[in-house]
Amino acid sequence: MAEQLVWPVLFAYGEAAVAYAGNARTPGALGRFATWGVRVGWLAQTALLVAQAARADGFPWSTWAGSLNLFVWLVVGAYLIWGCSPRFRLLGLAVMPIAAALLAVSYVAGGTETSTTTAWHDVLLVGHIAFALAALAGFTVAAGLAALELWEERLLKRRRAGILQLRLPSLVALDRLTVTTVAVSLGALTIALLAGVARMPGHSLDPLIAGAVAAWLLYASVLYLRLRTGRRALAARLALTGVGVVFVLQLGLMLTHVA
Amino acid sequence: MNVLLVGTSHRLAPVEVRERVAVDADRAAALAEQLAADGEAVCLSTCNRTELYLATAEGDEAEQRATGALADLAGVSEAELEPYLYRLEGEPAVVHLFRVAAGLDSLVPGEGEILGQVRSAYEGGAVGPLLDRLFRDAVHTGKRVRTETAIAESPGTTSSAAAALAAQVFGDLSGSRIAIVGAGKIGALAARRLIKRGAELCFVANRSEDRGQHVAAELGGTSVPLDRIRQAIAAADIVVSSTSAANYVVAPEHVNERRGRPLLLIDLAVPRDVDPVINELPDCYVYDIDDLEAVVQETLAGREAEFAKAEAIAVAEASRFRDWLATRDVVPVIASLRERAEQIRCGELAKASGWLGGLSERERDAVESLTSQIVNKVLHEPIVRLKEAAVAQERRGPENRVEG
Repeated sequence: MAEQLVWPVLFAYGEAAVAYAGNARTPGALGRFATWGVRVGWLAQTALLVAQAARADGFPWSTWAGSLNLFVWLVVGAYLIWGCSPRFRLLGLAVMPIAAALLAVSYVAGGTETSTTTAWHDVLLVGHIAFALAALAGFTVAAGLAALELWEERLLKRRRAGILQLRLPSLVALDRLTVTTVAVSLGALTIALLAGVARMPGHSLDPLIAGAVAAWLLYASVLYLRLRTGRRALAARLALTGVGVVFVLQLGLMLTHVA
Repeated sequence: MNVLLVGTSHRLAPVEVRERVAVDADRAAALAEQLAADGEAVCLSTCNRTELYLATAEGDEAEQRATGALADLAGVSEAELEPYLYRLEGEPAVVHLFRVAAGLDSLVPGEGEILGQVRSAYEGGAVGPLLDRLFRDAVHTGKRVRTETAIAESPGTTSSAAAALAAQVFGDLSGSRIAIVGAGKIGALAARRLIKRGAELCFVANRSEDRGQHVAAELGGTSVPLDRIRQAIAAADIVVSSTSAANYVVAPEHVNERRGRPLLLIDLAVPRDVDPVINELPDCYVYDIDDLEAVVQETLAGREAEFAKAEAIAVAEASRFRDWLATRDVVPVIASLRERAEQIRCGELAKASGWLGGLSERERDAVESLTSQIVNKVLHEPIVRLKEAAVAQERRGPENRVEG
């Protein structure tokens, strides 16, 4: 019964995606519908995850589809922190269609069911996967923010007369949010890597671990470039392109670590 | 009860009249208290308008009192003040207040300060149920207009366009530092706009030290000679340049590495002061007078559509308020209907007390609850219909009046 919660979630995320698209064409009431779609959908998905956790014996998102479900929840949660303000609605247009599509994939593959056949009791493994997913979700949102920042930078450099009509967040706000999101996500990735090392000391370097270390280095470079050398635009470009590494990692995580 | 407005604003009155009827927050609150008598009153006083909103049953008498109060403030007779006054009653008064809160009636349309002033007037007013709801709805309307339209992002002059662009780059301007190059009037005006939004002046670089010191003293910065322009720019986030020099005054060598700190250069001079090559440097954004004009033109073109949207919101909110008032009219009827039904329920329960005597306390509670639920369910439909009929009647009403 609880797995039926996926329908209101899908409906709300879908509604938010459509409303964001409408709001981009004609800003107004549709923006508020979109915001409520995100809020209601995220609450419903939280209820779904709670139901899954309550019924599972151990870690309930141990399949790749289940981890995708959790990943979507983390992405939307990260977006929700500030994304509901009117000036961030363009970011919603990028995030919500992807969230809705990934959740639909998760549903089709059984990731939203409330009875799990495989369950993990290894706390380190659970921590490793949960923090890795949180970090990947954060990097995804940071990429969206960086894209918005680079676009605004381009409009300012080209002195586009209509820039004020777009009602974008300020350049400084986008820069600060990108850096903060990357910093928090990098912290989560560090914990995930440490948990992985603690769980399997002496484990040989497989492609997934190499990818995770590469992602860590990449995002550490983003922070270094921005905070130590002040190369804001380059850091934003790196945060944006880093999302490719993130998706490869996510795919690797799904195919190897989870059933 | 009826909503009544007596007031004057920049549309009818010159500044000599407006300044005489303008009052501060304390006096506005005292005036509202005095005018409320046995009704409700709010005094909205800004540099561009003084308006008295009253909720009263005696229209003519209240209007006289309000006119008299404004004449007393101005220190002239009512007849002398008459040409500068407007009076609105009912729905037009409601729509007017909602337009005012939305910034649609402001001297600079879309400005945001008025919303805070409406809120302050409401907080200091002698409000009862009618004006409380009216002003809360007005503030809500103002917020909606600012959220759902780009009316506030429509600068009408190059200096306000410069300030809006600065906000686009830095967001909240508090903490942003300005350097003025050339202490002319145009540069000072643009700097004033930025300071009004929270920025602070750090340096005024000018050829003539006297003039530079004058502007620095007025706006709160330090005057430096023009050859220290590099130091001024290094400290600044926003540079406003408006000299009468024939060549570029701000060259790329004057700009230090910004290390991720944006620098917005506003060039208001013709011929231009800022070398356009600076725009190619990382984190530097140069806007000359033509760019600012283009921003103004673009926003003016979009402003008409935004105005239409904002007007529609104000009218829709006024309509919502009218519906609320209409249902408020039937509240006494609903209350007496409920009271009568409750009397019948209690009477019938009392009659049956002999039969119910044998019930336990829990069972008696269940009977109480059950009968209450039946009464509520029976009354629900007629109450809804009553409210709908009141709204429909109000909408059909030939006078379209707003009375409570």
